[in-house]
Amino acid sequence: MGQSGMGDRMTTILAIDTSAGTSVAIVRDGEVLSEHSIDEIRRHAEVVGDLIVRCLSDAGITAADITDVVAGRGPGPFTGLRVGIAAAIAFAVGRTIPLHGVVSHDAVAWGRAEPCTVVTDARRREIAVSSYAAGGVAHRVAGPTLTTNDELATVADLADYPECRADTISAAALALRAEAGLRLGIDFSDHRAIYLRAPDAVPSAGPKKVLS
Amino acid sequence: MPVTEPLVLGIETSCDETGVGIVRGRTLLANVIASSMDEHAVFGGVVPEIAARAHVEALQSTIEQALHDADVTVEDLDAIAVTAGPGLAGALMVGVGAAKALAVAANKPLYGVNHLVGHVGADVLRADGTDIELPTVALLVSGGHTSLLVVRDLVDDVQMLGETIDDAAGEAFDKVARLLGLPYPGGPHIDRVAADGDPRAIAFPRGLTLPKDMAKHRYDFSFSGLKTSVARFVETAQAAGHDVDVADVAASFREAVADVLVRKAVAACQAYDVPRLLLGGGVAANARVRELAEERCAAAGIELRVPPLSLCTDNGAMIAALGAHLVARGIAPSALDFPVDSTLPVSTVQV
Ligand SMILES: [Zn+2]
Repeated sequence: MGQSGMGDRMTTILAIDTSAGTSVAIVRDGEVLSEHSIDEIRRHAEVVGDLIVRCLSDAGITAADITDVVAGRGPGPFTGLRVGIAAAIAFAVGRTIPLHGVVSHDAVAWGRAEPCTVVTDARRREIAVSSYAAGGVAHRVAGPTLTTNDELATVADLADYPECRADTISAAALALRAEAGLRLGIDFSDHRAIYLRAPDAVPSAGPKKVLS
Repeated sequence: MPVTEPLVLGIETSCDETGVGIVRGRTLLANVIASSMDEHAVFGGVVPEIAARAHVEALQSTIEQALHDADVTVEDLDAIAVTAGPGLAGALMVGVGAAKALAVAANKPLYGVNHLVGHVGADVLRADGTDIELPTVALLVSGGHTSLLVVRDLVDDVQMLGETIDDAAGEAFDKVARLLGLPYPGGPHIDRVAADGDPRAIAFPRGLTLPKDMAKHRYDFSFSGLKTSVARFVETAQAAGHDVDVADVAASFREAVADVLVRKAVAACQAYDVPRLLLGGGVAANARVRELAEERCAAAGIELRVPPLSLCTDNGAMIAALGAHLVARGIAPSALDFPVDSTLPVSTVQV
């Protein structure tokens, strides 16, 4: 995979996001050529291949026409989130083209001129939030971070803006955000998943006793 | 028309190894493995979430390294193969998601295959150029599985004879190592310590070998009772103020595991009139398991096969080899929308 800078070159971006459901889109020069999404939250590994095929077919192009891949980094439920990032990595390696990572919340804030706080479900009675100042997506002033609905009102930089709750993430919006950002020279080379939580695992405290 | 020497890239992510291998027919070209084993050490066993995170991080470099080692490009490939199950669901999904996108990116057919049959497929890659001989009984033992199969055909005739009803044998090694204050993973450390011990010092139980168990569990395994028995022995000795002879406990425990594994495998060869036994999985590296298998197979006139260790532990080359076998036989690829199946039965060689 090459460097992330785009300069003036014309891109055809394949974006994959599995931070909520599975969403795949192809974008070229500000135009959404195709987008297919399945909202189910447990079928990412099942559907991701077919969604890419359908997007290519609807856009009337082949895999060889894709110049850049964008992966939604989350936050989102880990098991599903990883599938899209893994698929994006493999597609980029397979075509030897650049891979970019974009915070999935950016897709929700994309296109909004007014400030907003993007809120998505993080399970375990927690929410994942990111705040965007006036001027839109390029101005993420806080997050993504974990909090609760009760706490949200008290967190500085998060409570200041109108809430925007999202159940789905659009890969097309993600791609448009990446395309615009790349033109401005923003570095999207980090494509690692945003987990916000350490794995659930307790270091072993020594063997359990069998004799009482 | 099927390709007789298909060039296939295989991806394996069912447990804690990220494996990418490339084969041309029966010839091994690349076998790259990244393991998250060290990250699991403080937990005393594989943590699925840690394994899955590590797979994503290792994907790019393992695929690129395999292509580099094999000196081929993605365009050169005839097909891609991936482990669809059995294994840890979240870990499997990383490999399957990646394999599907790679297949679409390269416009290549994709084969979702069975991990356990992949272990048998590893024997296709023989360094001496000979052909895998079938039928064979296969004893596949690792930290994730303990299975006894009879394989008459790699494509459509694989039968499960028995498997563990509780812990995998590799897990038992890890847990007993912990009891004895030895590091993770337990297998190599128990092997090392047991070398100085007496395997007959303590008569630990052989799970599911009593007549009452044999009717229902003739070829099944159980290691949880053995682990408890070792724990009881150690605690009783400590409570009485005796020093525990770690070498004797390790040797006696290892003997109990090796004995029951090999005993049931040889019995299966005899009952099914199959004069071949194949060892696979990481526990095939265990010195005593190999030694006992060699002894008893020789005595019973059974030919024993043990692939090189790098093809015994989980790896992508064995998945590629099984994929290449399917391509060469003219089998159609998998539909692109197959799910992962953490309990995929061995009778399903390809999804
Ligand atoms: Zn295995």
